[in-house]
Amino acid sequence: MSASLIDRVRALVLSVFLIAAFAVPALAGPFEDAVAKFANDEFSDTDEAVGLVAASGNPLAFPIISALGDGRLSADPESKKVFVTGTDGKVIDAATGAAVASLPAGAAAVRLNNRLRRTVEAALGGLTLLSPDPAKRLTAAQSVFKSHDEAALPVIDGALAKETNKTVKAAFAEARAAILLYKSDATDVEKLESIAIIKARGDQEALALLTGLGSDAPPLVAQAASSAIAAIQSNLAMWSMVQNAWYGLSLGSVLLLAAIGLAITFGVMGVINMAHGEMVMIGAYTTFVVQEVIRTRYPALFDYSLLIAVPLAFLVAGAIGVVIERSIIRFLYGRPLETLLATWGLSLVLQQAVRTAFGPTNREVGNPSWMSGAFEIGQITITYNRLWILCFTLAVFAILLAMLRYTALGLEMRAVTQNRRMAASMGIATSRVDALTFGLGSGIAGIAGVALSQIDNVSPNLGQSYIIDSFMVVVFGGVGNLWGTLVGAFTLGIANKFLEPVAGAVLGKIAILVLIILFIQKRPRGLFALKGRAIEA
Amino acid sequence: MTPHVLTRSLDRSATVFLLIVAGLGVLIPLSNLLLPAGSMFQVPTYLVALFGKYVCYAILALSIDLIWGYCGILSLGHGAFFALGGYAMGMYLMRQIGSRGVYGNPILPDFMVFLNYPKLPWYWHGFDMFWFAALMVLVVPGLLAFCFGWLAFRSRVTGVYLSIITQAMTYALLLAFFRNDFGFGGNNGLTDFKDILGFNVQADGTRAALFILSCLALIIAFLICRAVVTSKLGKVLIAVRDAESRTRFLGYRVESYKLFVFTLSACMAGVAGALYVPQVGIINPGEFAPGNSIEAVIWVAVGGRGTLIGAALGAIVVNYAKTVFTSGPLAPYWLFMLGALFILVTLLLPKGIIGTFNAWYEPWSAKRANAESAAREDGVSEPNPAE
Repeated sequence: MSASLIDRVRALVLSVFLIAAFAVPALAGPFEDAVAKFANDEFSDTDEAVGLVAASGNPLAFPIISALGDGRLSADPESKKVFVTGTDGKVIDAATGAAVASLPAGAAAVRLNNRLRRTVEAALGGLTLLSPDPAKRLTAAQSVFKSHDEAALPVIDGALAKETNKTVKAAFAEARAAILLYKSDATDVEKLESIAIIKARGDQEALALLTGLGSDAPPLVAQAASSAIAAIQSNLAMWSMVQNAWYGLSLGSVLLLAAIGLAITFGVMGVINMAHGEMVMIGAYTTFVVQEVIRTRYPALFDYSLLIAVPLAFLVAGAIGVVIERSIIRFLYGRPLETLLATWGLSLVLQQAVRTAFGPTNREVGNPSWMSGAFEIGQITITYNRLWILCFTLAVFAILLAMLRYTALGLEMRAVTQNRRMAASMGIATSRVDALTFGLGSGIAGIAGVALSQIDNVSPNLGQSYIIDSFMVVVFGGVGNLWGTLVGAFTLGIANKFLEPVAGAVLGKIAILVLIILFIQKRPRGLFALKGRAIEA
Repeated sequence: MTPHVLTRSLDRSATVFLLIVAGLGVLIPLSNLLLPAGSMFQVPTYLVALFGKYVCYAILALSIDLIWGYCGILSLGHGAFFALGGYAMGMYLMRQIGSRGVYGNPILPDFMVFLNYPKLPWYWHGFDMFWFAALMVLVVPGLLAFCFGWLAFRSRVTGVYLSIITQAMTYALLLAFFRNDFGFGGNNGLTDFKDILGFNVQADGTRAALFILSCLALIIAFLICRAVVTSKLGKVLIAVRDAESRTRFLGYRVESYKLFVFTLSACMAGVAGALYVPQVGIINPGEFAPGNSIEAVIWVAVGGRGTLIGAALGAIVVNYAKTVFTSGPLAPYWLFMLGALFILVTLLLPKGIIGTFNAWYEPWSAKRANAESAAREDGVSEPNPAE
């Protein structure tokens, strides 16, 4: 966003220069006289000149005053001519805009003092208030709102009358209100109206403006201001709740994504897969490799890199999962504690293998353009990558549910979960189902890796940081129930983010862990336990 | 007739094990102190400290084998008890530094001066006395294990669920001890020790004495474990391991048995940690890392679960291998080795070194095997069919 703003400003400045270079201004007389005053090199004359030039409406006004602010405005005391040196080094005559080959020998930069610098800034603010670019007008209006400089009032009034853009018009009205609020000779009625407008804005800056009003205001105004402050504060508190809830949802979606594959392997097969985090890591590294290939060979496809990486990561992680199941885990069925140890060993091997192949440092995975940036709702900012990850997680969840519900493999998986021996008696090849289930769980972990590569560091330790949290989600939500995992992930995510401002990030996390440990005492099988008659699951 | 507790718990292999530990415990310090430096048979001081570290790990492994091998409780958080014992000892050692610290504050340890603590936190009081610190080495891990076990076993959290929440416990402690305001030195931990009971911790004599003490602690811990597992209590524990519900239906209070053995094991782990800290000279929150606890479990698996001797042996063998690998050019491959060890041991050597040796040795001495039926029963239980 900031990059595009800079681009716009640059384009604007450039276009002003173009106008200056090719269209010789039609106005003559007062503007030229005003410009000539710069050549006197007296602070009072310069001050006057700035005011006159800014008020002239001449397209050269902006380049001249900004050049003055940057020390690029020079004057020749003999010929009384004034020159603007552009940021690109080209010199133009300030009065006419005609290009000049080089500065005359006697030309010296027009001097400024601190008071003048403020005048220049205010004048520039006034000029940008009249800029043809709405975005520029908006930023100018915001800065006037913050500075509530009385000098800007006439410009604001003029701009407000002409303005057609709704957002900018509102910003102008707020800026005007801010000025009136602080203007000593404004009437109480005007001030009350201003307070109402500022209250409607309702953000941190509005709050700062109102609290800065002080106690010397007329009683009626002070009263209105304090009630507005209270209203804004409760409004902000509400928004910070919304913000926490959003962060919580975002964290929950990440947890869900990491835990959902685990829920399948743990829930369906009763296999504790400590190498699950490494499947996530492999997915993230698949994304990295895809992006590297695209960068070097097909740079145009970069925006599609994630779309290519998702199926690829699923296949890579899924294939590795099937291999692991066939070569290690199938020998350990019915011995969950041994499975835990073997898969922990596997996770060490996979981590070290990736460390050997890709190096121990973080690898850079870029955001495609549609995932970068942010937008604002009310007082909160929502980044696109978090939003996409939330949508993506829910989509994966829905697809998985549908798969379990409507496909033959899903039916077989559910049958094996409920009663392995009975399923085998009915002709289901349980070992094949096991391998596919493990592959599916691992594949989903791989997909999670693609998404997490967008918000986390892609390093060999990526998986480690999620494994304990994922297990907490699964244990909390209840084994063998995907809805439990969904509820568990979002509950933990939101609880974590609401505890964070109160207790701090680390203590919040510790509190969550302790609460889960206590919760397990109450419901040893999690929130949504599978009902059954077995004494020992 | 119940045989006396000592004759009951000391069969031939246990006696051999104790004699070897006692022999090493005497010979290594003697060779270090009496023989001239550079002599072929002289054990350098750094090796004495290294062996001392292995012996502490062996005690930790014993404590894990006691609950995992004989009661079926797989704790992935035993490193937490080890580290808590270590911190209790570390706090005593910090208080012994006194005004010799960098900031020269007679009361506050350096990190507290650095972090602007106005006075000693209440939980640091008393640690200037050795007896109090030694008591805390047992009490803190024991109390945590008691509370944790009381909650967990009473609500019948078993199997992998218990493993996962023990892991969460040590992870929570890891996060807590990393905090500077928790009062235990943050991520630097406690270090720069000077004296223990008035002796310089760096001196050869102190190191030798610590080694002897560690060996003594290993012997005592081994005897306690043997006494427990060969008693009637031990039989109930094995019953709990093999068929928990059945044991409960027979009228035993399963959770009480588990709680007792879990707390005992945590105290042993705490002692191991307390002996470990003066020998390595530092204790930091890294000891709470879940990975450490799992690594300790694999020592037991390598040596032979449910054999006690195997646990101690496994701890020493794996750690020796770790030292060899990580100090040489093979360092990048150590994690491959360790990972492969986890996989291969669980797949191919489920009874561990000692268990496999016993299985191979017994057919040749069937008569003795009968007499030692207890030892054979201690092997890994048959895998249950999947539910």
